[in-house]
Amino acid sequence: MLNAFAVLIDGLVYAAYLFIVAIGLTLIFGVMKILNVAHGSFFTFGAYGAASAVGIYFNRGLPEAGGYLLMVVLAMALGLVLGLILERGIMRWVYGRDEVVMALVTYAAFLILEDVVILIWGPGSYAAYQPLLSAGNIEIGELILSNYDLGLIAVAAMLAAACYWGLKFTRYGRLLTAVIFDRETAAAFGINVRVVYTVTFVIGAMLGALGGAIMAPKIAVTLGIGVEVIVLAFAVVAIGGMGSIEGAFAGALIVGICRAATVHLFPQVELFVIYAVMALVLMIRPYGLFVRAQPRKI
Amino acid sequence: MVRGDRIAAGSAFLAAAVAGFMLPDWIISLATIAFANGLVVLGLIVMWRAGLVSFGQALYYCMGGYAVALIGRWGGVTDAFLLVLVGGLSAAGISFVIGFLLARYREIFFAMLSLALSMILYGLLVKTESLGSTDGLNVIVPTFLGYAPHQEKLIVALYFLVLVVCATAALLVGAYFRSLAGALAIPVRDNELRVEFLGMSVSRLIHTKLVISALLAGTGGALAALAVGHVDPNMSYWTTSGEFVFITILAGAGSVGAAFVGSLAFESVRSFAFAMLPQLWEILLGSVLLLTILFLPQGLGSLIERLHWGREAKAP
Repeated sequence: MLNAFAVLIDGLVYAAYLFIVAIGLTLIFGVMKILNVAHGSFFTFGAYGAASAVGIYFNRGLPEAGGYLLMVVLAMALGLVLGLILERGIMRWVYGRDEVVMALVTYAAFLILEDVVILIWGPGSYAAYQPLLSAGNIEIGELILSNYDLGLIAVAAMLAAACYWGLKFTRYGRLLTAVIFDRETAAAFGINVRVVYTVTFVIGAMLGALGGAIMAPKIAVTLGIGVEVIVLAFAVVAIGGMGSIEGAFAGALIVGICRAATVHLFPQVELFVIYAVMALVLMIRPYGLFVRAQPRKI
Repeated sequence: MVRGDRIAAGSAFLAAAVAGFMLPDWIISLATIAFANGLVVLGLIVMWRAGLVSFGQALYYCMGGYAVALIGRWGGVTDAFLLVLVGGLSAAGISFVIGFLLARYREIFFAMLSLALSMILYGLLVKTESLGSTDGLNVIVPTFLGYAPHQEKLIVALYFLVLVVCATAALLVGAYFRSLAGALAIPVRDNELRVEFLGMSVSRLIHTKLVISALLAGTGGALAALAVGHVDPNMSYWTTSGEFVFITILAGAGSVGAAFVGSLAFESVRSFAFAMLPQLWEILLGSVLLLTILFLPQGLGSLIERLHWGREAKAP
């Protein structure tokens, strides 16, 4: 019983992390049909930005809430700048090309940004554990849980709710939905698709950076963290269906619980269970759980 | 093949063979790896002509490498030809099986599923202690039909092995491109349904291409394993696949030779950049990829074709 509860909590924490990372990716794909490899760079920049913020702020005796705020704000600002530069500087020149070509362009951007990280922050690794410590622990039954982890679940849930509300009940969300369904028709009805693209890309970038910022205290912020995150986020998004917010939510939950279960029960298969689940889901539903099959064009 | 192309290919092969006796060892080693990787790129070109880009080609590359390491270690086989054959065939066998699944996918979904499959192999290898886990395995020193060279002789012998395998592969793939099944690649990319209305099975065509490209990638992996003398799970990581796709974009799908020229260029630039500006290596790589996509969408090979075309246009 304890085991099942531990699996559930671990799974939820991991799912929360995956959802935060995957949601920006799926948003950009849904609207722009770009499989954004540079999402890993957004994550990296967010994590490094947050680590810098922690270095600046904590251990100075200032109120801790400000530290959390600074982490998030700095990371999102980095995401904003980076997203704008990428979209305006590079991506807009390849709109309308093959999806695979656009993915490759973001791959090129990812390669470049990997080195930019070294240029800015150097090759060393950063520790940003202070927020994790200062959040403290809570005991539920025999389990000791970190408040930070529980906070992570809350943040993911809030993000999911915000996205749902934003897409369904705001003007911009309705515009986005129109563009997702049919770009040309949306443009014909007077929606400025260019602006929608820019805003979407920037929001996606900020969400990626936010993911990095939130995860920074839990990992060693070092080179190559983006490389792993990309494939994880791809797996989650592919399971749920690319471009679907509900899909990212379901995908993150499935992967999170599966991984937690294997970590507790069969630790030796932990590394590839995610991809095995992805392959399995794609075998049964080629386009993911929440996306209908595309009709073939003649 | 046009006569001019045949002469060009022949002289390039001869030049590469002569170079094997002339150039210093480190260049020969570099060229050996580059040509071995060129085989993988050639496989990617086979698929790319049909509009498919695999972000998981490292699966077959790694499979070929590990097959060589394992039968060398457990089976005691040392003959290089046999090892390479087994490496290629084991990759082809795997791709034949998963091809039944993979051949149903297109575009980005194809790229992602192949990526997932290669990451499964990566996870398996990392977690399996008997396969060396993250440290990988050493590969035995090969013999060539009984001939057992050492040191510099071995480097040259491996180079010639790679050269012969590449030339054979280039000829066969060239012939495949001119065959009906090969020529149908472009119609498949443009419009599958029309190809089916012509009475061909698109999924079978694509399945064949998958197996061919896996055979090439497995052979490349086997050769690379012999040349490096070591295999490790990173051969299957997605960044390895990314590099192959990178070279493919750089080379363009225009011709068979482009795969090897592109791979040689890539390896040269890489070892150069590693030595000169290790911190900026990926910036360089990314910028080249970006510029190629933006300004030379058909790859570097198209530059040569453009020159050709210009000449022909001028002729009365």
